[in-house]
Amino acid sequence: MSFDNAYQALAEEHDDARWAYGSGFHDEMSTVDRAIPSIVDRADLFAYALMLGDDALVLSQRTAEWCSNAPELEEDVALANIALDLLGQARLLLTRAGEVEGAGRDEDRLAYFRDETEFRNVRLVEQPNGDFAQTIARLLLFATARLALFARLSASADPVLAAVAAKGVKELAYHRDHAAQWTVRLGDGTEESHRRMQAGLDRMWPYLEELFTAHPVELRLAEAGVAVDPSELRAEVDAVLDQVLAAATLTRPEVLPLATVGGRAGRDGVHSKPMGYLLAEMQHIARSQPDAVW
Amino acid sequence: MAEVRSSWPLWEVFVRGRRGLNHVHVGSLHAPDAEMAVRNARDLYTRRNEGVSIWVVPAESITASSPDEKDPFFAPAGDKVYRHPTFYDIPDGVPHL
Repeated sequence: MSFDNAYQALAEEHDDARWAYGSGFHDEMSTVDRAIPSIVDRADLFAYALMLGDDALVLSQRTAEWCSNAPELEEDVALANIALDLLGQARLLLTRAGEVEGAGRDEDRLAYFRDETEFRNVRLVEQPNGDFAQTIARLLLFATARLALFARLSASADPVLAAVAAKGVKELAYHRDHAAQWTVRLGDGTEESHRRMQAGLDRMWPYLEELFTAHPVELRLAEAGVAVDPSELRAEVDAVLDQVLAAATLTRPEVLPLATVGGRAGRDGVHSKPMGYLLAEMQHIARSQPDAVW
Repeated sequence: MAEVRSSWPLWEVFVRGRRGLNHVHVGSLHAPDAEMAVRNARDLYTRRNEGVSIWVVPAESITASSPDEKDPFFAPAGDKVYRHPTFYDIPDGVPHL
């Protein structure tokens, strides 16, 4: 075979202009029924879609900060891919939140024109990148819990959440695998990399509990078959993390969960100090040119 | 930097498309071992489209024909038509020939 460029041999014939490169993709969301299930409280569904969407958006923002700064070129691409996957999930979830709310807010409005107290992400995802090991530790905890969640959420009574979850499972399996691979490499690497990986886990572990703490919105929607009670995820997440830590010669951190503020945490809009700075950077352009179209 | 790179050797990447018949060389990358080379190849060369097959080979494992010997190496076949297996009709039912 001879081709002018190698990719011709890989590409199938297609005239779908959405895909800049590659072929055989299809938009899994295009055929999803977007009607809102009648059994569901709209305010609850709006809040839940925001919770999941904000987790993905904020972690995407953090992960994107690595662009051009990763330890190796190939890892730079891998982290950017993960950030893009998460941003894709955030867009679908925030779009769903906006249409459930019915107040005319689209994904951009929700991403750029809400203040810190209106964001419902868990505090884990807003933590600074730190060194590479700390970033990997954060991704390991998040992706493990999110994969367990999405595997269950793909059976949600809300067809849009079910479709978003089903689509996200494949991406999150890759994210979890990537983080686990690096956890083992660093943990079972040099003395210095072992020390840093353990320190990264120690730094992120206090935020793990929040991933299993059910918010009343989640409990009500879980009752209706729409959401997943996150406390159900703990056993699976613990088993995966224990397996990774054992392979990596690392120890499970003995740390207390991060305290709530009067029982309120990320899901209630109570965030840690880095969150405000993150939003200031993320929202700056949109806020200074509020009527701009891009 | 050279020292760091030495632990991330060069790999050649071959990819077969979902309906492609054979693996095609698409480029190269650096990775510490074969497992990560496959993962990096997925990110860099396939955008993780399902159903493709990836081969990675350490660049140092590939032996190439020498450009200097191109003429003596390949020329004997060029002018001898009887060396080409073309003197028969291909039955209709034979695909991919």
